[in-house]
Amino acid sequence: MESKAEVEAIDVRYVAHLARMELTDEEAALYQAQLRHVLDYIDQLRELDVEGVEPTAHPSPVFNVFRPDTPGPTQPLEATEANAPRTRAGLFIVPRIVE
Amino acid sequence: MKYRAAIGLETHVQLATRTKIFCACPAAFGAPPNTQVCPVCLGYPGAMPALNEEAVRLTVLAGLLLGCRINPVSRFDRKSYFYPDMPKNYQVSQYDQPLCIGGGVEIEVEGRRRTVRLTRIHLEEDVAKNTHFAGGSGVDFNRAGTPLMEIVSEPDLESPAEAMAYLQALRQILVYGGITAGNLEEGNLRCDVNCSLRPEGRPELGVKTELKNLNTIKGVFQALTAEIRRQAQVLDAGGTIRQETRRWDDASGSTQAMRSKEYAHDYRYFPEPDLLPVALAPETVEAWRQSLPELPAARRARFEREHGLPAYDAGVLVAEKAVADFFEAVVGAGAPPKAASNWVMTDLLRRLAEREMDLGACRLEPAALAALIALVERGALNMPSAREVFAELFDQGGEPEAIVQRRGLAQVSDADAIGALADRAVRENPASVEAYRAGKAAALQHLIGQVMRLSRGKADPRLAREAIRARIEDVAETDDA
Ligand SMILES: [Zn+2]
Repeated sequence: MESKAEVEAIDVRYVAHLARMELTDEEAALYQAQLRHVLDYIDQLRELDVEGVEPTAHPSPVFNVFRPDTPGPTQPLEATEANAPRTRAGLFIVPRIVE
Repeated sequence: MKYRAAIGLETHVQLATRTKIFCACPAAFGAPPNTQVCPVCLGYPGAMPALNEEAVRLTVLAGLLLGCRINPVSRFDRKSYFYPDMPKNYQVSQYDQPLCIGGGVEIEVEGRRRTVRLTRIHLEEDVAKNTHFAGGSGVDFNRAGTPLMEIVSEPDLESPAEAMAYLQALRQILVYGGITAGNLEEGNLRCDVNCSLRPEGRPELGVKTELKNLNTIKGVFQALTAEIRRQAQVLDAGGTIRQETRRWDDASGSTQAMRSKEYAHDYRYFPEPDLLPVALAPETVEAWRQSLPELPAARRARFEREHGLPAYDAGVLVAEKAVADFFEAVVGAGAPPKAASNWVMTDLLRRLAEREMDLGACRLEPAALAALIALVERGALNMPSAREVFAELFDQGGEPEAIVQRRGLAQVSDADAIGALADRAVRENPASVEAYRAGKAAALQHLIGQVMRLSRGKADPRLAREAIRARIEDVAETDDA
């Protein structure tokens, strides 16, 4: 289990970069504090004894919801292009991608 | 200094399904851009994914073929990143509960046979395809959401040649199993490679770099060769290797660091709430196991044992599944295995290679080849004529007997008729007869050739030889036998 100090070491600036958000110094300070509050709740949960309790990703015990491998209708190109700021020869045009 | 390389491969394999992994759009290659798309694979907000059962089955089959354990419960996760090929800003993949765990691939390089361990196989959605122009990049979502299986190996490979052997073995197995079409030109197999060097004799691995998106087996070989040389130069000069992602540049023959991947390793995986976990009952996995085809190694052993073929023949025949199937059909139609193997390995494979054709595109039926072999075996057709018939069967199909009749190729096995031709050959070629009698054995071949020519290729060559020798050796001083 992580200590409270480690939890507080979360770097808001780094998280913001991953989410492609630009933060002012004030916002960074504000979110740092808010994030700590959220993590405090998590710390409360950590105090519970969950020995023998299976981790759950889904509330209902339903498995294997499959679709058969049968082709269905696709969307007309005009409808797809209507959602694109720019297109050329059917392609979405975006700023040049840097590799 | 002398270094030892440790190479691991992440091989992305496009599965041979009809539709995409989470929607009913066709997964076929080559449609006009953005015509095989829907709200799910375009990542529209609120669109709900539904898992294609065939994608799960093919991944599990791959796991069974490669000796993996099948996870009793597996699930999907969101892998978060920003890139124009993925408009949801996450890719649905599998993180800590993949479908298959462990397993291995047998390779053989320079006579050294060993097993490359696999870490895992997981299932994920492919991303869109980008093309780059001067003023921007174009995105085609036809490929987005097609099912992609990622096979992760342990860093067990020690050379570019081993990496190549691994990919070839993997491709052969997956094509045999019908898991993928295995078409490299269409991007059915794509690799990310990681590579580190360490001084000879040191057990712990060095710092690794990752090479992205290599689309050909030769590309993997070249990129690894260049990267190993680069790392050795850095280390020899006293430098250190930075853990980074590098891109292979075909034009310059070198690898370059990719700026866009600097933060790429923090993917913030979390469980995909829109998809339910997969729990495969042992009976389901067992039923799928029963449908597995025979693998190349087992088939090669069986060809040696059951058909009495030399190891070389068996190896050549099983390399491509379609060829091995064809050979067995010829034998099934009554041909002796060694004769069938000779025809398939030499005439059939050579002609396919000359024309750059697949077996499926050729008109020859296995039963027709078996019938042709039977004609040769019972002396009704000599080999040059049989090759002529084969050429027609290959291009146009048909029945060998009918072709023999139409072209008048039936072998002349009548001793009197051949004797008359031999008389004529001896009469018209006194110089050759003299030469032979003077000890020049090659002159005999010339005279036999004359008989074949006079019969327009139809004489039984064995009888022609006997007839010539009977006529010129009664006064010969030596016997060439
Ligand atoms: Zn779709």
